[in-house]
Amino acid sequence: MENKLIKQISIFAENKAGRLEKITGKLKSANINIRAFTIAEAGDFGVMRMVVDKPEQAHNVLHDAGFTVSETDVLGIEMSDSPGGLHEISTVLGSSDINVDYAYAFAMATQKALLIIRVDNVNNAIEVMENNDIKLISMEEVKQI
Amino acid sequence: MIEYWDPLIERMPVDELKAIQEEKLKSLVHYVYNHSPFYKKRFDEAGISPNDIQSLDDLRKLPFTTKQDLRDTYPTGMFCVPREQVVRYHASSGTTGKPTVVGYTENDIKEWTTSLARALTSIGIGRDDVVQVGYGYGLFTGGLGLHYGVEMVGASAIPSSSGNTERQIELMQDLGSTAMACTPSYFLYVNEVTKKLGISIADDTKLKCGIFGAEPWSEEMRRRIEEQTGIKAYDIFGTSEISGPLFTECTYQDGIHIWADQFLIEVIDPETGEQLADGERGELVVTTLAKEALPLIRYRIGDLTIIRSGPCRCGRTHPRIMRILGRTDDMLIVRGINVFPGQVEAVLMDIPEVAEHYQLVVDREKELDTLRVQVEVTRDVFSDKISDLMVLEKKVTKALQTVLNISARVELVEPGTIPRSMGKAQRVIDNRNI
Repeated sequence: MENKLIKQISIFAENKAGRLEKITGKLKSANINIRAFTIAEAGDFGVMRMVVDKPEQAHNVLHDAGFTVSETDVLGIEMSDSPGGLHEISTVLGSSDINVDYAYAFAMATQKALLIIRVDNVNNAIEVMENNDIKLISMEEVKQI
Repeated sequence: MIEYWDPLIERMPVDELKAIQEEKLKSLVHYVYNHSPFYKKRFDEAGISPNDIQSLDDLRKLPFTTKQDLRDTYPTGMFCVPREQVVRYHASSGTTGKPTVVGYTENDIKEWTTSLARALTSIGIGRDDVVQVGYGYGLFTGGLGLHYGVEMVGASAIPSSSGNTERQIELMQDLGSTAMACTPSYFLYVNEVTKKLGISIADDTKLKCGIFGAEPWSEEMRRRIEEQTGIKAYDIFGTSEISGPLFTECTYQDGIHIWADQFLIEVIDPETGEQLADGERGELVVTTLAKEALPLIRYRIGDLTIIRSGPCRCGRTHPRIMRILGRTDDMLIVRGINVFPGQVEAVLMDIPEVAEHYQLVVDREKELDTLRVQVEVTRDVFSDKISDLMVLEKKVTKALQTVLNISARVELVEPGTIPRSMGKAQRVIDNRNI
């Protein structure tokens, strides 16, 4: 189970110019590569979420720099990079009654796309995915993307 | 076993204390009338002669003095002694206007220090203690004032003054400080830095209590400090015009004991100037009964409080003032409604997810006042889910609305963004030009 989980880094940030630059600067200096990234905004503040190659190190670097940062378990779902690819996954999620808190996705160099989702019950979601022969990307594979 | 510095005075029956006050008040009015042209003029203008003051009840006949009087007579126009008798000066910073100067005779220093010796004894500080004095030394009365009190009770004083936080923590550990005196907001900062250094105040220091003052702070803040650091947090009160820090609570933490043989206190309605009864909330007015250089008659300190007479559980019979709720000049009027920063603090500190640092920002947009309350989001509460943060924001907004009766916009900010202060915290930023 454990190796099916992806460690996502989440950062609380005020909605101010220069915040992103500070964060990415820290990651650059630590030679951390960002694999997926999104910002969700909520008025005065936002939450940045990212999947990186070295999550633990990223967490420490940002924490030591004074950021409010947390590690969250998310799932990386491989989907076909063609019309209906996301629909195939959402059908499985919907019919299995899995509620997605948030999600973001990107296309990969191969004919595949990656969907990152956060759900309340990850273990249940992993089981559902496996029963439906949907491939989950492991942390190791994230580094290879 | 309750310790007293001067058990005879501290436990004196109330009517005997009142008799002392009456005698002292009667001679005080003659003293100021004869020694200070300022007071002579003030009494004459009010049509009052020192002989009109025959009892404590006559106090209400006397005109008030204010900070403005001290400014108008800057530097020493209200002094009652010639320069040769002044052994020390202190001065206020003058952040809100012209600075004010206070002077002390040798006896004034002795009385001041005695007041603190009684206070420190009442919170259990004595020969076995090491007191780190983190109030500023210099023109500010906090550092030097407390320092003398600590020495008088036989404890060891560390004159660490304010600032240089890592050094403060080092001294605290190396010299085994058992008490620290500073502003409550600075102590929170010290606690923050100790945590960062991997030190726990509860486990890695000998600190047993804090002597916190120089800014208003709430009961909720006290609870926070005590829970987080395992120390007892005591409130200290005083202001430079009446000498400096003078009074504290006792170990029962049930009001600040005001030594009646040295000071006569009353609470008035800030609007009408009428005396209020025991237990009624109003503006504190102090008459100094033992000061020589700069005695003050019915001085309007500007702090809002409640007086409670009657003996304390500790056996002391002197009147107590309840926690300072704020100052008349700290009060914000936002959209016509009175807001005290202390009220906001009480609300915030009652919400466990909210950290200790906060700031109020008042702006005026198109003739309408807006109040923003900024609170820091700590790592402990950050869940990565925006909905959780929104819930927190709403919870704080609703709690503030209930207490303040006006809506405030709550802003969640990153930890460390609200400026930390080495002395008095700046809790309010008023951007209105009024």
